[in-house]
Amino acid sequence: MTDTRTIRIEALRFNPETDSEPRLQRYEVPFTPDMSVLQGLQYIKDHLDGSLTFRWSCRMAVCGSCGMMINGRPHLSCETFLRDLYPGPVRVEPLDHFPVQRDLAIDQAGFLDKLAAIKPYIVSAKERPLSEGPSRQTPAQLDAYYQYSQCINCLLCYAACPQFGLNPDFIGPAALSLLHRYNLDSRDIGWSVRADAANADVGVWECTVVGYCSEVCPKGVDPMHAVNENKVNSALDYLGVKRLLGGR
Amino acid sequence: MRIISADVVVIGGGGAGLRAAIAAAEADPGLAIALISKVLPMRSHTVAAEGGSAGVVRDDDSLDNHFDDTVTGGEWLCDQDVVDYFVRHCTEEMVQLERWGCPWSRKPDGSINVRFFGGMKVQRTWFAADKSGFHILHTLFQTSYKYPAITRYDEYFCADLIVEDGRVRGVVAIEIATGEMVLFHCKAAVLATGGAGRVFRQNTNAGIVTGEGMGLALRSGAVLRDMEFVQWHPTCLPGTGILMSEACRGEGAILTNKNGDRYLQDYGLGPLDPWPRAKAMELGPRDRLSQAFWHEDKKGNTIQTPHGSAVNLDLRHLGEKKILERLPLITEAARTFAGVDPVREPIPVRPAVHYTMGGIATNVHTETSISGLYAAGECASVGIHGANRLGSNSLAEIVVFGKVAGERAAHYVRSARPVSPGRTERQAEVSAARVLRLLGNERGERLAEIRDAMMDAMEEGVGLYRTESGLKAACRTLAELRARYRRGIRLDDRNRAFNTEWLAAIELGSMLEVAEAMAHAALWRRESRGAHQRLDATARDDRRFLVHSIARSGGDGAPQIKSAPVTITKSRPGSRVYGGAGTKAELT
Repeated sequence: MTDTRTIRIEALRFNPETDSEPRLQRYEVPFTPDMSVLQGLQYIKDHLDGSLTFRWSCRMAVCGSCGMMINGRPHLSCETFLRDLYPGPVRVEPLDHFPVQRDLAIDQAGFLDKLAAIKPYIVSAKERPLSEGPSRQTPAQLDAYYQYSQCINCLLCYAACPQFGLNPDFIGPAALSLLHRYNLDSRDIGWSVRADAANADVGVWECTVVGYCSEVCPKGVDPMHAVNENKVNSALDYLGVKRLLGGR
Repeated sequence: MRIISADVVVIGGGGAGLRAAIAAAEADPGLAIALISKVLPMRSHTVAAEGGSAGVVRDDDSLDNHFDDTVTGGEWLCDQDVVDYFVRHCTEEMVQLERWGCPWSRKPDGSINVRFFGGMKVQRTWFAADKSGFHILHTLFQTSYKYPAITRYDEYFCADLIVEDGRVRGVVAIEIATGEMVLFHCKAAVLATGGAGRVFRQNTNAGIVTGEGMGLALRSGAVLRDMEFVQWHPTCLPGTGILMSEACRGEGAILTNKNGDRYLQDYGLGPLDPWPRAKAMELGPRDRLSQAFWHEDKKGNTIQTPHGSAVNLDLRHLGEKKILERLPLITEAARTFAGVDPVREPIPVRPAVHYTMGGIATNVHTETSISGLYAAGECASVGIHGANRLGSNSLAEIVVFGKVAGERAAHYVRSARPVSPGRTERQAEVSAARVLRLLGNERGERLAEIRDAMMDAMEEGVGLYRTESGLKAACRTLAELRARYRRGIRLDDRNRAFNTEWLAAIELGSMLEVAEAMAHAALWRRESRGAHQRLDATARDDRRFLVHSIARSGGDGAPQIKSAPVTITKSRPGSRVYGGAGTKAELT
């Protein structure tokens, strides 16, 4: 294509094997108007520097792999376009608040442990044989939790969350949204088994209602709302009301 | 080398791998099940499946209908005993996913809603808006946390299988974060590594869909089946190949050419009216629709875009409310990646490689020719897709046969005899040394040069329509590329920790072998059937080619291609008819 321009991408480089400090490396990248930041990074990897390290996969904003700080703000790099950042430079860094594994790749293990803590699966009243067919769930019942089932675990909300920055043990926006998702599902009675995670010191009370998590979410999930609804639940639980009402 | 002992190793954390791991854990909670995946499981390509999953549920549908649609759609190259098993187990797996929390879309009364897909007599596709794969994957991943028998090894890249005396004994992997080599001793292994669409340039697939599971199996002595059958999805964004789900057409979208004509009526899918009706026009099968595009393009009836020609996928008449409710993902993707709002304008689309219908040959029990080695999902050829996969059969396949693989592997473990670990470890050291050598090349080409040349060769010679001369040229080019690959890739990155360039180099070795198997199988099949179309042999030839192709590794040389029988039980090969007269269907 003829409308190729050049933009500078400044990438944060860090290799735990060899570096004591991270550094910025600059690349001049030709781009066309349809190219994303991710495609810019792929250009670098293919043609300029095969050692630049970043995660990606679906390149259509559904797998959640390619989150990074772009000019200081958490974004999915696949759906952030170089044309919108021209004339640049474009600074790419690993998501804030996470340990860096290498360059733009962060350590996600802590998040996976948090998922385990909130028991992210249906806890049902009784096992029914599959031959009885699907449960009924009206569109209204589906709507009650649907938004919170849209999380792609891209972790942008953790990079946005100042509390997570201060306390890496905070269960945090995505995991608490998922907790809420299961609690709100008409097929689930697991509220009480998730209550310990919600009520813990590192649970919902850690949130200070900044709301940046909801602002950066690429899928329209509203973690702040989920967390704060659970503050109400948690308070009711403290007063013993929630359990008396049967967990819903 | 770090050594880990497991009973069952599942390679791949997408839908098939997760379903297999859960099935193995349910079959025997005492097993040690290692689930290894080169990405976090929720990044797996299952996540990008959109439209939905088949399972007979309506009163006016039947298992026979699903069977017939599948076998006809596959142009009688399906193993009918396997299709029979498949259709009998789809619905219970959809119900199982429902119990595990999958947010299937519902009718007002709270029962499951199903939509049309191409080539279906009756609505049969369970869907969760147009994020069905996303929800299935996350449901399975989250549910897997319930099973302590499953230990996940996230971001471990499988580099080799250790096979001794025809039995699988171990898996050699790289822990990506550190670059450490790890040997998993195992009694059984399940390959659930997905397809190989990335051997082509224009494809709908995630970057991880590089086919190395097929390459591993091939090098270990298993065989690939029906590799010539590659599915082009008819409606993808030019350039990126991003998928515009078949659900668009299932919900009533139409395809028009640059003159505004619904051109499918010229390609055996008409007449136009009554519309909509099952198995006609836009509700035809993927192979026919992609081929119709090719002809329209030759006639000059397509629209030119900066990334190649296109036709219009028009949703506007569905109205904003329905579009946003049923097709939120494709609406967002069209807006973001094509700059087109489907509520107001048609989406320019063209065919792109979508699905690898062939794969590691297995029987209905997901057993490969190597004892203890199972394969399920897109990496496998269990026999249900034949020459053209019916849309919404692949999500059903991953759970139906993922479950079979997990249960079979768990069962096999009980009978597996103990072996001396020393021999396995010596073999693993040899594998590890071979993989590590790639890091040390002082001279060689850039990875991207060989990869791009491979993609060009596949697009050029092994595309929608193929010829003998084109296929021969592709085979020659691929052989040269394999030789260049052996001479050396020079990596910029010599580190062990999180070296994704190194992993891409390993992937490329497998991709070249898989691409070669596709090209040679396509050269061998001198007929046209389903997704495999030969301009020099335009007719179907049941006398010679109502058989599977089998590709066996030729080492550094070309793969050997042979035939294997197709199992036909109740549906005799006939003519594959779409369009024609019919009654107007209700869109649910």
